[in-house]
Amino acid sequence: MTITNNTENVVAQAEMVTATIDGFEVSVPKGTLIIRAAETIGIQIPRFCDHPLLAPVGACRQCLVDVEVNGRAFPKPQASCTMPIEPGMVVKTQLSSPVAEKAQRGVMEFLLINHPLDCPVCDKGGECPLQNQAMSTGQGQTRFEGTKRTFPKPINISSQVLLDRERCILCARCTRFSEQIAGDPFISMSERGALQQVAIYEKDPFESYFSGNTIQICPVGALTGASYRFRARPFDLVSTATACEHCAAGCSMRTDVRRSKVLRRLAGDDPAVNEEWNCDKGRWAFTYATAPDRLTTPLIRNEMSGELVPASWPEAIAVAAAGLSKSRAAVLPGGRLTLEEVYTYQKFARVVLGTNDIDFRARPFSAEESAFLASHVVGSTISNADIDSADSVLLISFEAEEESPIIFLRIRKQVMKRALKVGTVAPFLTPGASKLNAMLYHSITEIESFFTNKSLILVGERAAQTPGLLSKVIEIANSSGAKIAWIPRRAGERGAIEAGAIGNLLPLGRPVSNATARVDIAAAWGIASLPSGPGLDTLEILKSAATGQIGALLIGGLDPFDLAEPAIALAALDSAFVVSLELRESEVTKRANVVFPVASVTEKSGTFLNWEGRERGFEQVLKDTTRVSDLRVLTMLAEALAAPLNLRDSVSAKAEFDSLGEWDGERTPAPSEPIVAAPTPSAGEAVLITWRMLLDLGSMQDGEANLAGTARKANVKLAAETASEIGVRDGDLVRVSTEAGSIALPLEITEMPVRVVWLPENSFGSQIRRSLRVTSGALVRIGSEA
Amino acid sequence: MKLTPVLSANWDQKDLFTIDGYRRNGGYSAMKKALAMEPAAIISLIKESGLRGRGGAGFPTGLKWSFIPQGDGKPHYLVVNADESEPGTCKDMPLLLANPHVLIEGVIIASYAINSNQAFIYVRGEVVHVVRRLQQAVADAYAAGLLGKNIDGKGYDLDLVIHAGAGAYICGEETALLDSLEGFRGQPRLRPPFPAIAGLYACPTVINNVESIASVPAIINGGVAWFASMGTEKSKGFTLYSLSGHVKQPGQYEAPLGITLRELLELSGGVREGHTLKFWTPGGSSTPLFTAEHLDVPLDYEGVASAGSMLGTKALQIFDETTCIVRAVLRWSEFYQHESCGKCTPCREGTYWLVQILKDLEAGKGTEEDLDKLLDLCDNILGRAFCALGDGATSPITSSIKYFRSEYIAHLTAGQCPFDPVASTLFAGVNA
Ligand SMILES: Cc1cc2nc3c(=O)[nH]c(=O)nc-3n(C[C@H](O)[C@H](O)[C@H](O)COP(=O)(O)O)c2cc1C
Ligand code: SF4
Ligand code: SF4
Ligand code: SF4
Ligand code: FES
Repeated sequence: MTITNNTENVVAQAEMVTATIDGFEVSVPKGTLIIRAAETIGIQIPRFCDHPLLAPVGACRQCLVDVEVNGRAFPKPQASCTMPIEPGMVVKTQLSSPVAEKAQRGVMEFLLINHPLDCPVCDKGGECPLQNQAMSTGQGQTRFEGTKRTFPKPINISSQVLLDRERCILCARCTRFSEQIAGDPFISMSERGALQQVAIYEKDPFESYFSGNTIQICPVGALTGASYRFRARPFDLVSTATACEHCAAGCSMRTDVRRSKVLRRLAGDDPAVNEEWNCDKGRWAFTYATAPDRLTTPLIRNEMSGELVPASWPEAIAVAAAGLSKSRAAVLPGGRLTLEEVYTYQKFARVVLGTNDIDFRARPFSAEESAFLASHVVGSTISNADIDSADSVLLISFEAEEESPIIFLRIRKQVMKRALKVGTVAPFLTPGASKLNAMLYHSITEIESFFTNKSLILVGERAAQTPGLLSKVIEIANSSGAKIAWIPRRAGERGAIEAGAIGNLLPLGRPVSNATARVDIAAAWGIASLPSGPGLDTLEILKSAATGQIGALLIGGLDPFDLAEPAIALAALDSAFVVSLELRESEVTKRANVVFPVASVTEKSGTFLNWEGRERGFEQVLKDTTRVSDLRVLTMLAEALAAPLNLRDSVSAKAEFDSLGEWDGERTPAPSEPIVAAPTPSAGEAVLITWRMLLDLGSMQDGEANLAGTARKANVKLAAETASEIGVRDGDLVRVSTEAGSIALPLEITEMPVRVVWLPENSFGSQIRRSLRVTSGALVRIGSEA
Repeated sequence: MKLTPVLSANWDQKDLFTIDGYRRNGGYSAMKKALAMEPAAIISLIKESGLRGRGGAGFPTGLKWSFIPQGDGKPHYLVVNADESEPGTCKDMPLLLANPHVLIEGVIIASYAINSNQAFIYVRGEVVHVVRRLQQAVADAYAAGLLGKNIDGKGYDLDLVIHAGAGAYICGEETALLDSLEGFRGQPRLRPPFPAIAGLYACPTVINNVESIASVPAIINGGVAWFASMGTEKSKGFTLYSLSGHVKQPGQYEAPLGITLRELLELSGGVREGHTLKFWTPGGSSTPLFTAEHLDVPLDYEGVASAGSMLGTKALQIFDETTCIVRAVLRWSEFYQHESCGKCTPCREGTYWLVQILKDLEAGKGTEEDLDKLLDLCDNILGRAFCALGDGATSPITSSIKYFRSEYIAHLTAGQCPFDPVASTLFAGVNA
């Protein structure tokens, strides 16, 4: 648990106050609570409701101590979790005050009278604050001879969280977390006295993206996760410090394994990034790595039958090497790799294949974005601390709660604490944005007055789908002095940019077009020269492959249906020689010539760079795996092609990357593209806006039905005017269509611009790229389904 | 000592509750006087008068008003606590039924004094007839220009809202009341911040009992010297004592603070015919019990405290020798268990446990050690709970064991309750 109020940025040197606890002098910053001051000198006062990241309540009364101020003793013991240290205060905890000691024993005894004897079957047993503190502060024998209060147990408060009311000690940590931190007050206390209980509103289940945190901070086994319940005892688990692979927030985590099986993941404690929280996706979406379609052996395509057949590693390496060397080849590593791996991919492209044709972007992007990444993102040091100190934050093409939930919590904390001003440029005010009290703007041009030189612009990767938007953002930032930070969705994108896995950049921001930069890197790699022409981007690579100019593709994690033009991708995969490095069967492996099964995050170690560029290193969780990482596959291929990479493992890759040093030469110029007016729809048409929901059909959420149960239901959103124009009412089925296909979903009338339609990008019943084959900004037809 | 009817002076006039009835008796004249004064001068006057809160704790009313920061630019609120739920307490409801306008007049003066333009009366939800009467009175006051904009042409605006609670003892606790008034579940708030700084909607708020506020008009009219001529040195003025139980004429007796139960019993005809006083509460069930040996304790804040109890709400519940102490204490404990809000461990779990032990004791089950256990559990609740409800729950138990330990033991030796429960009822012997 965090010891001090960690992320409160200590502006000036904090004023210190000195007091005595159990005879020891302590000096702590003004405002420090007694319970926390005691921790600094190793005195542990028992507690339940207290949590350093929640506002004090003083409800459980477990932390009572004797207090004296100015020589006057309080007549009764005080809750040390609610009272700040004052100068000259004399505190006597259970260690030196018999009164405090008895008060604490009394409270513990009360807590236990209605507590069931579930320890032997309770998930929390072994890591339970109640169990532990009952040992330190309880009595061996009970004096309670009456009848315990009972409840039917457990009850589901969502598909993923269960509540056992008998075990609940009513500390209200869960309800306070939901209200104060997540802003999702779906659970709250109801009833009185010993019948008080945590409750949900029946019509509104506990559908919070952060619900798992309540399980983690519940000091007893009252809240349990449907997926972990009854699976393990804490003392059988082996824990490893890890980092979340799902999004660019980069939460620190703990992964718990029993007998080579990942059983759960918890939020790690990292004040600078995720405090002690994570989102439900990070916590529960890990079963994809053990899905039945997980690849286990290399596969090569049998020339005769056209089928993929298992092959030995040497055979597959030989076939792949031959295919890659036969014609012009390009590399599409994908956006989910570690820094070490993606560094290896780009080195492979440049050293082994002799090309700059590499692009990590397996999603819609633009040339404008390429320039923006090179001019404004690579090397950027804007961080979470800038959110903490900004005087306004503007979200552009970025739905924080859906696309980077921990950034959402970080912003919300400032909104709650100091009424941080938030603006969002979006078609409508989403629930997430309204929890940030955000002001809604429909267009970037409406907001220029929003900025000061202490503003922070958080621009999401979707901005690339609006031509001219990124240039406009730069222009506004330049004139106002506001800072810009770019937030991709995937965990590996910032690392890929720093590593140079893109056609216009070498590692650490060196422009490919700069001769000094090329010499620099060639020298570091011990080769004569680097390819000098700018590399093709993802779409150009695929187009060239579809037309035969590129003959071979080396592909990491890529789904054709994540791209702006899936048809071109599929054509490219069909015509090129494809080497695929994948976890599981995919659209790429189905069309590949050689498939290498690679390790998942638990089977390797490495480093993600989160959106801030902050290193999120993680250890290998499953130590006894025989899985092979992307990095090892690439080094084997390089050796087979007689161009060794000299990267043994992630440690040496990281060391080499770190040794390259910053680039202090000139940077790529910023893009300056004009805003292109959106198409003008006529009646029966609309401009499509779409983004991904946190919980959707993403393949990395596969196999976790309990998590999927809390995904938001997909719907179509239209303004009332648009709806009446096409003759539909709230709840009616609306069909949205393009030449390629259509989607029909119930309508939610929403306050938004007319002739704009919103659909989730990849949710159940709404897979935009598969069905409609378009991106945001496209003109689509809308009509009544009836 | 004599009765000093001020608040209850005209309760015998059938139309006192109407605005005309009240005005006929000089109603709203104090308001006129007050609105011509500086707000600060009213606060000093109330301070000097020595008026102390009548809701239980006896906090000096003028001092409480003076805590409201002035010129802070925030709205200020006055909240009148009419939740009256302390067992035995029956003064605010009769007062509101008989004379709602005296409270409204007090509200206008108090709000004006603390610079508030919005006041609330939080009424216990069950007393629908009182709520109706108050609502009518407020409507009449608005119609007469005594509430709303530019009151009495003096340029002062005040709105007054009657809010009916949903029936919970804890909602009489002032911070739980504020939560309830804001639309949340009523549970006490952490202090600090105190309501005077961040009360209703986080704005400076004064919370006073009905009787405290209703006493203000009389003080404005009668003056400090008149008010201080009643009562004792530190407990000045008149107050309503509610007498109930085994007494010939139960009801509200308005007398100077410091009167004794002996005197009040004389005024009310004494303990019921043929019976003798066994025990009584000086200030509701949350205050430690007294016995016949305390008949001459002066019923003011200091007098009762030095005898080991509290003046509380001045709810004098009288029990004669037919009453089983264990049974009475069990009933009270059941009340506390039922009303515990559940927020803090000692009260929530403690009251749940105490009731179970007392039930056994009443049935003659258990041992003498259970009495020590009860006392020890009370020691673990008293001063450990979040609010005074938990503390109050221990009062009947600890004080009854102090005075009547042998009666508890008699239950255990008999293996049952040695009392005839009917003997203590009002209908005892009536149709036997
Ligand atoms: C459990 C509990 C119940 C209370 N109920 C009432 C009540 O019904 N009416 C009341 O005026 N004060 C009640 N109080 C006292 C109030 O908290 C508060 O002290 C009082 O309203 C202040 O008004 P005064 O200063 O005019 O006495 C109660 C306190 C507690 C702890
Ligand atoms: S469920 Fe857990 S966290 Fe929530 S109130 Fe109960 S004990 Fe506390
Ligand atoms: S916020 Fe992002 S990094 Fe954090 S747990 Fe969720 S998906 Fe993982
Ligand atoms: S003592 Fe605790 S449980 Fe009892 S009413 Fe007060 S806050 Fe609620
Ligand atoms: S930890 Fe202090 S009251 Fe709960």
